[in-house]
Amino acid sequence: MSLISEGANFRGPLTAGAGLVEPSLASVGDYVALMKPRVMSLVVFTALVGLAVAPGSMHPLIGFTALLCIAVGAGAAGALNMWYDADIDAVMTRTARRPVPMGRVQPGEALAFGLTLAAFAVVVLGLLVNQLAAALLAFTIFFYVVIYTVWLKRVTPQNIVIGGAAGAFPPMIGWAAATGSLSLEPVLLFMIIFFWTPPHFWALALYRTEDYARAGIPMLPVVKGDASTRRQILLYTLILVPLGVAPWALGFTGALYGLTAVAAGAIMLVLAWQVLRERRPAERASRHLFAFSILYLFLLFAVLLIERGWGGLIARLAA
Amino acid sequence: MTFGIAMNEQRKDDGIVLTEEQKRARRSRSIAIALSLAALVILFYVVTLVKGPIVLLRPM
Repeated sequence: MSLISEGANFRGPLTAGAGLVEPSLASVGDYVALMKPRVMSLVVFTALVGLAVAPGSMHPLIGFTALLCIAVGAGAAGALNMWYDADIDAVMTRTARRPVPMGRVQPGEALAFGLTLAAFAVVVLGLLVNQLAAALLAFTIFFYVVIYTVWLKRVTPQNIVIGGAAGAFPPMIGWAAATGSLSLEPVLLFMIIFFWTPPHFWALALYRTEDYARAGIPMLPVVKGDASTRRQILLYTLILVPLGVAPWALGFTGALYGLTAVAAGAIMLVLAWQVLRERRPAERASRHLFAFSILYLFLLFAVLLIERGWGGLIARLAA
Repeated sequence: MTFGIAMNEQRKDDGIVLTEEQKRARRSRSIAIALSLAALVILFYVVTLVKGPIVLLRPM
């Protein structure tokens, strides 16, 4: 009996599971890909905003260390996600070329890499910055890997609603790194990302439904259908837009942020309405909403950074 | 003696011989790990300088 001849992919996860592991061909680039650099950049950006808008002074080097640890922690979560999801990544068009399903990185290597990075990120953040930020980072990694990836993603269509919390924590970690405490402002930033996540991912899922169905992931369009998903997108957008305006309404930001949040929120609502009226096989409105949702979040946080954070950053550099 | 040589050859056959591509990948990974560890050492050193004696104060 030859185990090799039975495996469809000699270097893939199946052979690793059977105990046949080739010497690794993984390059540094493969390990970088394991950390999901695009997701990591969004995490770093939102954490930077949380850190910059927080009151008080902080040495720039400590701020840099905090962002580095948050970035590495996000990378660790990405690597652990790719380790666990290798089977479903392999059957989805969008993810089939990731290092583990391609066989360039063995599942065990991805697991060890992710655990090592997670431990380093949390310990270094705790030692060099503060323990509240480290605890939040540890909880975020745990939430993304165990609560979202291992548990919710494969069992409920609410997977990205609850799991979205993991992506919403970085501004809170940034704030906690700067102040050692939490308040209403970072919670508002958390809420904005939390309620932004469902319309963003469901817009994508609407035109990738077959992909998710083939992988057996119970995304909302797969389980509840097209029309229900479109209604839910509008519902979450109706909650998101006022939340986006809230930092200005509560007096935390200036008029520039308020104007941006109102204008961008209005566009989000129009696009969500167009998604509601659209019927398959048309997918133009869904694609537009998905693309604009990224810009929406970026705009809100960028204006916040310019208006509130820029002055704070300069003050910190001068201090 | 003959048996010993045969055993050595057997061991050589069983051992993992890396291809040039695998050696190159291993070397690049080793360099990346070395650079990361060096960066971590420098980071700890510089942060200790910046924080001064406060680095020893860790209220729980």
